[in-house]
Amino acid sequence: MAQDDHSGSEIAAADSSHAANVPAVKTGTALIPTDAFENPGFPPHRPRVTDEDPAKEKRAQRTVYTLFYLSILGSVWAIAAYMLFPMEGNNVGDVRLNNMFVGLGATLALLGIGFGAVHWAKSLMADVELADERHPIGGNPVAREGAIQVFQDADRESGFSRRSVIRNSLIGALLVFPLPAVVLFRGLAPQDENPVELLSHTMWKQGTRLTLDPSGVPIKASDVTIGSAFHVIPEGLAEMHHGRLEEKAKAAVLLMRLNPEELNETEERASWSYDGIVAYSKICTHVGCPVALYEQHTHHLLCPCHQSQFDVANHCEVIFGPAARPLPQLPIAVDDEGYLVAQSDFTEPVGPSFWERN
Amino acid sequence: MSTATTQAPQRRSVTGAASNYIDQRTSLSTFVHALGRKAFPDHWSFLLGEIALFSFVVILITGTFLTFFFQASMAEVEYEGSYVPLKGVEMSVAMASTLDISFDIRGGLFVRQMHHWAALLFVAAIGLHMLRVFFTGAFRKPRELNWVIGFVMFILAMGEGFTGYSLPDDLLSGNGLRIIDGMIKGFPLIGTWTSFLLFGGEFPGTAIVGRLYTLHILILPVILLALIAIHLLFVVVHKHTHYAAPGRTQQNAVGPPILPVYAAKAGGFFFIVFGVLALIASLFTINPIWNYGPYDPSPVSAGTQPDWYIGFADGALRLVPPGWEFVLFERTWSLNILVPVVVLGLFILTVLIYPFIEAWVTGDKREHHIADRPRNAPTRTAIGAAGVTFYAVLWAAASSDLIATHFMLTMEGVIHTLQALLILGPIVAYFVTKRVCIALQKKDREIVLHGYESGRIVKLPGGEFIEVHQPLDEYERWRLVSYESYQPLMLRPNDRGKITVGQRLRAGMSRWFFEDRITPVTKGELEASHHTSHH
Repeated sequence: MAQDDHSGSEIAAADSSHAANVPAVKTGTALIPTDAFENPGFPPHRPRVTDEDPAKEKRAQRTVYTLFYLSILGSVWAIAAYMLFPMEGNNVGDVRLNNMFVGLGATLALLGIGFGAVHWAKSLMADVELADERHPIGGNPVAREGAIQVFQDADRESGFSRRSVIRNSLIGALLVFPLPAVVLFRGLAPQDENPVELLSHTMWKQGTRLTLDPSGVPIKASDVTIGSAFHVIPEGLAEMHHGRLEEKAKAAVLLMRLNPEELNETEERASWSYDGIVAYSKICTHVGCPVALYEQHTHHLLCPCHQSQFDVANHCEVIFGPAARPLPQLPIAVDDEGYLVAQSDFTEPVGPSFWERN
Repeated sequence: MSTATTQAPQRRSVTGAASNYIDQRTSLSTFVHALGRKAFPDHWSFLLGEIALFSFVVILITGTFLTFFFQASMAEVEYEGSYVPLKGVEMSVAMASTLDISFDIRGGLFVRQMHHWAALLFVAAIGLHMLRVFFTGAFRKPRELNWVIGFVMFILAMGEGFTGYSLPDDLLSGNGLRIIDGMIKGFPLIGTWTSFLLFGGEFPGTAIVGRLYTLHILILPVILLALIAIHLLFVVVHKHTHYAAPGRTQQNAVGPPILPVYAAKAGGFFFIVFGVLALIASLFTINPIWNYGPYDPSPVSAGTQPDWYIGFADGALRLVPPGWEFVLFERTWSLNILVPVVVLGLFILTVLIYPFIEAWVTGDKREHHIADRPRNAPTRTAIGAAGVTFYAVLWAAASSDLIATHFMLTMEGVIHTLQALLILGPIVAYFVTKRVCIALQKKDREIVLHGYESGRIVKLPGGEFIEVHQPLDEYERWRLVSYESYQPLMLRPNDRGKITVGQRLRAGMSRWFFEDRITPVTKGELEASHHTSHH
């Protein structure tokens, strides 16, 4: 109930239809009815059970302090659990117990305070509602006049409008001065790298052996059975110490062997495969996720990130999903010892499209 | 000794003396006097913003703890911690220190999980809070700027979430960064260089985790804190909205006083939010990076999912049909990336400026302190429902593969259905919602005019059965009649006798908004209905 100095009658006059709101303000296309209902004012106050029944009040009090004591218990328990459940001996189960019992103690500590405070407020604290008067948000006319005066005085005394040459030169200086700071951020990327050059080449060269990811063991063509698929990295990548992940992010390859009759190869790329063995970039041409899922009987590759699908039998052309370009093919051959090797680098940039790519 | 001095100790209690000391050095009593007994309107839907605020506090507390243990370095180390399956594996220091927090620091996993769960709740609570503000029209004058600030915070919260998600440098987050890298590279002109500047060279590089860390624990939180301060300051300046109810008007704010009841409830609620997050964190695992392993550009697991709030953006990428890319002027135009980015950008922009659009259409310059019931603004509510549907379809698309595998559907079928739903869903949602709102308004009118059904069947002397309708009391009636509707704008020439294009557009929008409308029952109508029903 309103314990304010405004009476109910005043509230009834000032209903929700803004009738008493500053009349000069435009109402736009609002429909303001002439015989709208009046705000009936606050309904009669209804006391709570704790206001009327001392036993209920006592009980609420008991509940509140019990909750606060439970909170103390929870805090103590959390500290005890920290010591009682150590994480030793490489045991994941210990971690689980420590997490759960420390956590449950903290939970009790926090919820005890929370529920206690809310229950105290709802059942025992005075059940009053106040009504604050709202005032239009803009400052009062005197303050606005004063503010305008301040700006005018400042303008006159500084000559900000009058000395436009000074003002404009200042604005110019203020616009230009942050630019050196922006230029400094050029250092975020190395000075001596050309992105287009880097994105256009991978580790693969003529004669680089195809090796297993991640062990780096070379792959013999005879070990690749029909229907199998291998995750491949170039020879030497596994031993790299600098830039390993950057190279791998470009050079990762999927190797699959299909029945040669099922492989539809264009004439110019017929020599890029070996006896039904084909190698394609594993980096999706959409946004670069590894296209790691191979469905053997349909020869489809699926990118798990955005579901682009590529048909291995048809030079990995896109058959579904947001990718636009086929996966680049790595031309392969077999060396004297029967190991699979690259004929050259990829003939186009791998991975996601970029502006300068053409 | 005298009676005069016996009064003194009563006044000079310890708290009194301390208050006095502080006040004489800070003038704090002015604030306590001005704010301490302010009425604060109370409603369950006003708690959503509080959940957002409180989960942010939990994030700050738990996050500070984590900074003492986390090391944002991408230097390669061999893992030697307690988690046996990863022993000896090469990984970044960031990943190794996250594993240490989880397996070697008691309570570390608990705090880490609480931090992550709180982040999910933070974004969710902001989203729900925004929906509450939207559907009740609480963004209207004078609160338009606070809507914009809140919206910017929603975007920043997603940024905080994504940067934090990327810090452990595990396989899943690395793939998330890979997607960001791929998207950035697709931007015309600046894409390639932006990617190199962000990652300090080629993806993944060794810089990104450290840079995201600076964003995550310094730049974004500082901006968020500043915006939260302004947001709350505006709440004080504007005073909170309240719902139409007897005694509540545009000129008052009705509720319990800040001290003690509101402070106790809100303070208690902070502990409840904190406690519930602690409960979830102690019982439910989140982001088990030890199952994913360190980042490597080659492996990936099926069914990868971003945190929920990034889903709509990921879904937008998935719904692009094949082949949306071409080469022109020897440059690559990746529409499969640009179109989703532009569409999401426009969607976000529309939400951001909606308060200004509606204000322009209605031309209403008054302050609005009574929140609407959603049904009483049918077009706005329908627009909101269309927006929610649009977002929901994009969000569902981020799980297209899981939907397909769980419900035994084809991947293609799911995507095609979602593509169709993205266009049709919002349209259907719009019309259904608008009709539902108008139907509810009609029902309200019916109840005001004829009372509610009492369930009491009476047989009249003539044998006719009727159900007795119970009239409303004036308090119940007030809730149903205290709203305003608008009429479509009448197109009129301006001072120079011209009808401008802008006016035409405004009139068109106004017709769209307010052509179908149900006006509240007036006293005259109620009286007239009494006369007819009594005869």
